[in-house]
Order: sequence, then structure tokens, then C-alpha cells
Amino acid sequence: MSEIHDQTYRRYAGNREPMGRAWTVIAWAGIRAMLARKMFLALMLLAWIPFLVRAVQIYAVTMWPQARDFLPVNAQLFQRFVEQQGTFVFFICIYVGSGLIANDLRANALQIYLSKPLFRMEYIAGKLSILLFFLLEATLLPALMLIALQIAFSGSLEFFWNNLSVIPAIVLACVIRVIVAAVSMLALSSLSKSTRYVAVMYTGIIFFTEAMYGVLTFVTGSTRVAWVSITGNLDNLTDAIFRQPARYETPMLVSLLVLACLVVVSLSVLERRVRGVEVVS
Amino acid sequence: MSASSVVLDHVSVAYGANTALRDVSAVFPTGAVGLLGPNGAGKSTMLKSLLGFIPPTAGRLEVLGLNVADRPLDVRARLGYMPENDGHIPGMNAVTFVAYCAQLAGLPKADAMQRAHEVLYYVGLGEARYRNVETYSTGMKQRIKLAQAIVHDPDLLFLDEPTNGMDPKGRDEMLALVHDLAHNKGVNLILSSHLLPDVEHTCDHVIVLDKGKIATSGTIDALKGPAGRVFEVRVKGDLASFLKHMSDAGMECHETDEDVMRVFVPGPIGSAGDDQRRICEIAQQSGVQVRHLKASLPTLEDVFARAIGEQ
Repeated sequence: MSEIHDQTYRRYAGNREPMGRAWTVIAWAGIRAMLARKMFLALMLLAWIPFLVRAVQIYAVTMWPQARDFLPVNAQLFQRFVEQQGTFVFFICIYVGSGLIANDLRANALQIYLSKPLFRMEYIAGKLSILLFFLLEATLLPALMLIALQIAFSGSLEFFWNNLSVIPAIVLACVIRVIVAAVSMLALSSLSKSTRYVAVMYTGIIFFTEAMYGVLTFVTGSTRVAWVSITGNLDNLTDAIFRQPARYETPMLVSLLVLACLVVVSLSVLERRVRGVEVVS
Repeated sequence: MSASSVVLDHVSVAYGANTALRDVSAVFPTGAVGLLGPNGAGKSTMLKSLLGFIPPTAGRLEVLGLNVADRPLDVRARLGYMPENDGHIPGMNAVTFVAYCAQLAGLPKADAMQRAHEVLYYVGLGEARYRNVETYSTGMKQRIKLAQAIVHDPDLLFLDEPTNGMDPKGRDEMLALVHDLAHNKGVNLILSSHLLPDVEHTCDHVIVLDKGKIATSGTIDALKGPAGRVFEVRVKGDLASFLKHMSDAGMECHETDEDVMRVFVPGPIGSAGDDQRRICEIAQQSGVQVRHLKASLPTLEDVFARAIGEQ
């Protein structure tokens, strides 16, 4: 037995990467695993269909200026595009995010991860990066590409100079929407070993808060209660970021505060749940 | 390298109101050290504290000369941990899983993959390395846990119940691997187990934990003591009276799984015949018949029984 072992095991004398990069290993492994799934690729392709529609719209307006009257290309177009992509943010969150930590909990993988030289925050950062990568690919990337297409089709920077705030607004709106979705989904994923249960919880929270808003609006007759809805708060912030008239009476700062609280609570849940040992009281 | 791999200095660890380790001070020498104790003695807690998973409520933990509280990543970079429970990364085949673990431990991608193949052959999973880990049998899962623990070439290996759930053949092979790592490959290891033969087969030193405290420690040979001072005894009659007389005479009696008890005779080494005669005299005073009396070799089980005061 030992003769065979001597041929196959030896001490390692090579280089080691500096510490602090383990999150990139986790992130790339997760991204590769997702890209290997045909169902997921189909979902990502679907998420780019609105981009194609908007691209055709921009092309049509550039070629036929009279179309501008009923298909205007302005800051609102990009705002609507960012909001439309919210549907795909939801589905990508469900597909990618629900199992990110839940599967590791089910397979007792946390003790394997955390016995390696990485901090818990690195593990969380790696998992979060997977979700952020795909969510930004479905929101920020096509939105910025639409701007690039507009400039390319029109052959001038006129639109860009006239709407200087659009690019920062797109970036800010996408980043806020994506971070809120990703962090809350990751926190939910750390609460259960079942991906289905996580998906149901996430769906429930989104729809329940929306339904609450509907009921409270009906009862009070005011949209001041939009702060109870996660999507309502996101839309409220997006209006402010794109400098559009607010569609809800809820102050923008209240929406910002509610979303910030959601992120803080989610991070707190992650801090408690992502541990090398599960302490049962 | 220092002569000790792990040092615990007045360490206490608690889970809420339950104290798992109570003011434990111990020095684990380099080489293969067995961490023995009954279930719930605090073995796994000690290993998890050394990994930095559970911060101690008091005391100081040192691994390979590094303070665990100050430099947890440096400690874990030099450690390999084979957990007691099943553990794997979902959706990966064995070679991807082990290479991934090596990358997490800091090995470059190419080196990680090469090491993964090597260690999988080493642990006997070479032919099954492209199978999804979730399809592995219990024995194979134990082996892959060992593979992920050694892939980054740790200086110190923590093995928590490495033979759990393995069949006799698999168990022997696992113990052979552990023995080979410790004695031929120069890897220091701490083997936590409640299976005394596992520890006796692979380790040179042993530390016995009981109820969160160190019950005894030392080299196995020293703890076993000289041969001929342990006897197997079976008596018929008033057992309670016999045990009382034996205890009064300073002899310890421990029950075994069979119907014989093991008797420890303290004091300087005399002839086995003298000790046997004393036992017969005590039996006569107690009014019991001696049905079986035989000199025996001390085993680790005797050490364990004496350390935790098992009656």
C-alpha cells in the first residue's frame, strides 16, 4: 500500500496566492456553474429581448425623426427600461440566488469553506458577486449599451451632451436595485437549506409587500404608504434619480431609509447565519 | 518548527449557558496525537475553536506558534480539517471539488488541479474522481473529506472521527492513510475519536478529554504503564462486596463489554503471581468464587477507563 502512496503524494513546494482573493475563486466558480446551465442561458437571453426592442426603437427614431413624437428617446426611455428589467431581476434572483447559500447549508459546505484561509465576509462577497454579476448583466449592461447605440445610430454626441445626467442615473438606479435584490435574496438563502423554500419566501415578500401597499392605499386613499412596498420604494428612488415627477407621495428619503434598513437587516442575517459551526440553543 | 503543534492556555468555551471546555490547558506535541473522549467530551469543540469557528470565552489558543485570535487566516492556511459530518460543495465532481478547495487555500489554478489528481489517487478515489461527490458512498465521502483536507499540503491536520460510518476494510485503509501521513509524509495530525483502536493504531501521543476537561495525557506507551499489572477477573457471588474489598485494597476494577472485569493493581512492579494471590485472598474475604483470573496487557482502553473514572 505504502509503495503506491509514495508515488502519488508529495509535499507541495509551489507558490501560494496572497490571502484575500478567495472570494474571486468562489465568484468565478459560481458564474461558471451557472453558465453551464441551458435553462439559465435561456433566461438570460430572454432578459435581453427588451434591449432588442429598445434598440429597434432608437434605430427607428434615428432613421425617421417623425417617429420621435410617439417614440421619444429621452431620459424616461432609459428609466422605463431600467424598471422593466426589474422583472428579470426577480427571476434571475430566484434562479441564481435561492441556492447560493442554501445549497451549501444543505451539503454542510460552510465548514469546508471556512476551514480554508478566508474570512466569512470573503465567502459572502464571493456569493454576492455571482448574483451581482448576472443582475448587472441584465440591467446595467444593456442600458449602457442602449446609450452607446443611440450615439452610434445618430452619429453625434448631441443626445449625450443634452442628457449628461442619464448615464450616472442609469448606473445609480441599476446598482441600487441590484444591491437591494441581491443582498436580500442572499440573506433569505442563508435562512434555509431548501432552495424552493427560499424562492417561495422571496416571492412572498415581494408580492406580500406589494399587496399590502394596494390594501393600505385603498383604505387610506393615499400613496403615502408606498414605503411598505419594496418595489414601490425602488420606483420612488428611481423617479428621484432620473429627476422625474414622483409617482408616490412617500418622500424619497423615507424610501431610501426603508431600503437601507432592508440591506442592513439582510447583512445582519448573513453575519449571524454564515458560520463554521451551527450553534443550537 | 516548535516541538508543540497546539497549545491551549486556560481555555474555556461555552455555547450559551453550556460550557463545553472548562479551563483547559494542554500542549499537543508534534507528530500524531489522538484526542480521545466519550461523546460530548468537547473534542469537536476543541478542534472548532482551534480553527477559529468558536471563539473561547477565556484563555489563549496557539496553533503552530500562531495565536488563533490574532492570525486566524495564517493558522487556517497551515491547517487541514476533515470534519466529522458529511461536507462537500454541491454540484461538483471530486476532482473539481478538491481543486476548488486547493484554490480556496491559495494554490494557483494549475497547481490546484494537479494536486487534486494526486491526492485523489492517494486516498484511493483515482478511478472515481470524475463522479459527482453527491453520488459517493459513505466511505468514499470520508476519503474525499481527507483529500480536500490535505490537498493544500497542510502542516497540521485535524481529523474529526475519520472512520465514521466506514466498513472494516475501508476503516483499515483510512487508518493506513492516516498512519502514512503522520509517519512517512511528515504531516502533524490530531485525530479526534471515541474509537480507541483507531487512535492506538495511528498515534504516538494521546490526550483524553472528559466533560470538557483534560483527564490525562502523554505517550501511549507511558500511559499504558508496564505489562503484567492488569488482570482479567470474573467472579461469582456478592459482586458489590468484592468491589468494596478491592477498592479498600487500592485496586481499581473496570467493567468491560464482556462479563469479565479488568483490575488494575497499583504500586511497584511485583511478580504477577503475588498480585493474583492477593486478588484470590480478597475474593475469599468477600465470599465470592473466582471463575477466571488472567494477567493481561494494558491497553488504551484501560488508560481511557482509568482517566475518565469509568466503573
